[in-house]
Amino acid sequence: MTSATQDFRLALIEAGLLVPGSATGVFHRSFTFEKVVRGIESYVSAAGSDVPRRQLMCSTLLDSSVLAKSDYVISFPNLIGVLTSFTRSEKDLPELVDRVESGGDWSEMMSPNGLALGGAACHHIYPSLAGCEVPRDGLLYEVQAACHRHEPSDDPARMQSFSMREFVFVGPEEGAIAHRELWLKRGTDLLEGLGLSLEIVPANDPFFGRAGKLMVASQREKAAKFELVAAITSEKPGAISSGNYHGVHFGEAFGISTSGGDVAHSSCFAFGLERITLALFHRHGLEVGAWPSQVRASLNLDV
Amino acid sequence: MSDAGTMIREVLQANGRLPVSALSLRDDDDLYQNGLSSHASVNVMLALENAFDVEFPDVLLRRDTFKSVAAIREALESLGAEVESN
Repeated sequence: MTSATQDFRLALIEAGLLVPGSATGVFHRSFTFEKVVRGIESYVSAAGSDVPRRQLMCSTLLDSSVLAKSDYVISFPNLIGVLTSFTRSEKDLPELVDRVESGGDWSEMMSPNGLALGGAACHHIYPSLAGCEVPRDGLLYEVQAACHRHEPSDDPARMQSFSMREFVFVGPEEGAIAHRELWLKRGTDLLEGLGLSLEIVPANDPFFGRAGKLMVASQREKAAKFELVAAITSEKPGAISSGNYHGVHFGEAFGISTSGGDVAHSSCFAFGLERITLALFHRHGLEVGAWPSQVRASLNLDV
Repeated sequence: MSDAGTMIREVLQANGRLPVSALSLRDDDDLYQNGLSSHASVNVMLALENAFDVEFPDVLLRRDTFKSVAAIREALESLGAEVESN
């Protein structure tokens, strides 16, 4: 973490906007911080209201088989989080109690319970369409979910629990490509409208290991994913939104087809809500009341 | 020992998750157009490393390296793998 990020982190904590949680990379957010998040949610939602879409606040939890089907386990094994529970019989309970009381490692006695934490909001949608045929023009979703990625850091731009609002398209190829293009442009306009300086760059997802290098190269060569980067907790730009065309990746994984019988294509555009909020505090200062009136109006912060 | 082209096709057949038989692909057939996904190409890369006892350097970790049987053979040759032309 750079000293600029460290300074900004401390300023956010001193201002009461963030409170460090019980583990690295876990932050509690003040209601003022969350008011900005709510403002962004409404602001981007209104921009997407020109066409009918299914709106869903998704659960944080997934069946862990979804992570395997979508290849997320292979691509990002270091980022995923699966849940465990005590599934043994009562005869093992004394040992568990023993370990807890002696400060030993009780987590070893837990077993995966079949649930995982979602790493992106749109990951909840594809399994819900498994085996389905989508209408001729495709399906459009606006979804949000609290997400987890295991990348412990003190940098508030890398919270381990964060939320994502996404506009997701599942349907024919042309529609999926057009959706990403539309939202890359629209997302840029929306965020620039809040006074943020942005750049659109090819994504550089942190795929795991040497295999990951091939995945990143492939993603870039296919021009599959773009990120909107801005200053978040320092001048060094980080992604606050991204537009991703998945081709038939999820359509194949979950057996989703178009009305013509082809495998469905998909694309999504995601707004990283905490990162956008942090970028706004970084850009306009820690006192929301002193933000430009147009930004305050756009985010409905005056009520 | 089978020739390199056959070995490459066998690796593709076992790891490429292709909707077509890899054994029937021609040397210059585009593997991506024949259904090789990015994720499957990773499995193919790792299986080729095992089969030919080589390690692809970062500079070869590109989409093009795995675009056809011929391209794979060329990459393996550049790494000094025992690849005879057939």
